[in-house]
Formats: sequence, structure tokens, C-alpha cells
Amino acid sequence: MEMDKLTVEAKTENLEEVLGFVDRHLETMDCSPKVSVQIDVAVEELFVNIAHYAYSPGIGSATIGVEILKDPAAIAITFTDRGKPFDPLAKEDPDITLSAEERQIGGLGIYMVKKSMDEVVYEYKDGQNILRIKKNLDIL
Amino acid sequence: MTIDTTVAGTELSIVLEGRLDTNTAPELEAELKKRVAGITSLVIDIEKLEYISSAGLRVLLSAHKIMVKQGTMVIKNVRDEVREIFEVTGFDEILNIE
Repeated sequence: MEMDKLTVEAKTENLEEVLGFVDRHLETMDCSPKVSVQIDVAVEELFVNIAHYAYSPGIGSATIGVEILKDPAAIAITFTDRGKPFDPLAKEDPDITLSAEERQIGGLGIYMVKKSMDEVVYEYKDGQNILRIKKNLDIL
Repeated sequence: MTIDTTVAGTELSIVLEGRLDTNTAPELEAELKKRVAGITSLVIDIEKLEYISSAGLRVLLSAHKIMVKQGTMVIKNVRDEVREIFEVTGFDEILNIE
């Protein structure tokens, strides 16, 4: 499948549009609610990251590309922006064994992405942050 | 997302329906801020919550930190897909889930 792309202003108000775009493709694959939620959460975390940090304090756009892969069935989602070079994978994971008092807020979003996606790859190329996630879809 | 709140004495019950994400989490945060003073028992029913992201987890963690000082907080009726998020992030160990 060719990559289907959506370009939007990187603002949290556009999150629904971005999720709608991804979900429309997911619907063609008949995946479980659990996997659906994991994918939506990953997309939210990554898109919101771009909205908050990539162009701050200005605004810029983000392109979301979706590919439905077969044999094995999988979905690959690519986030591209022209903001500050930023590798979200370079952050240390939060310590998830800490108590509520000790628990830090930071790093939670990207941690959720890393734990729930099968592949997460980042590169900075031609002035663009490019982050690609892939989730295998167990279609029976 | 809809937020249904009931106060009975010093118990605050909240029923959430829909999605707790980066855009709706501030609504829950504001509601909690408005109502939590003097509350000794906070019960959050999420049977109808179909989605939670880190923004939602942050609000729950904040609420938890406030409530341990003044009473208890319990989260009930967690759907499988939301439970998965709690487990992956270790929040199932931090939050009091029924």
C-alpha cells in the first residue's frame, strides 16, 4: 500500500482529526479494542509532543503517514515535522516501580509508545524529524 | 467526555464516559480542583471510559497525591483496554483499582 498522508497544523485541537485519519485505516483491519487503544494512545503522545515542542513558541505543521502492511498484517505510522531536531527515544525511561510520591510525570508518553509498539525508529534527515512506529496486527 | 459528579457527605463520586485524552483531561482536572476540598473518599467509576492517554494518567496521579493526604481514592470498573494502559505504565500499582 502507498502511504496515505495527512498534513495538519501541529496543534492539540487537531488531535481528533489525526486520530480519525488513523482510525479510518485501522477500521479496514478489524483489530481488537485493546490494540486500537494502544495505537491511538501512541499517535496522541507523538502528535502532542510535536504540538508542544517542535516549533515552540511558534507553530508549524506535521505530516502523518499511514501504511497498512500485509503478511504479516501491520500498521506503520510516520510522523514528520520541520521543528527543532528532537529524538524522543533519547530520553531515559521513567522508573515505573516508584511510588506515587516519587513518581515523575515526564517521559510517560514516549514510554507508553515504546512499550506498546513493535517498532519505533527515529531519524533526523533533510531538516525533518521523522519518527516511524509499527504495530503488528494479529489477524486470525 | 462526560463527567458526572455526586457528593454524599464527604464522598465524591465521579463517573466518566468517553475518552480521557489531552483535550479532555483539563476538564477533569478543573472539576476535581473545584470539588476535592474536604473530601475524604473519591470514587471514580470508569466503566464507560473507553480510552486514556498520558494526559489522563497525569490527572489521576495528581488526584491520587491529593487524596492520600486527606482520605482515599478508588478507581472502579476498569475496562480491559484501559487496564492494559495502567499495567504498561505501572499505574496499576500506584492507583487503588477495584
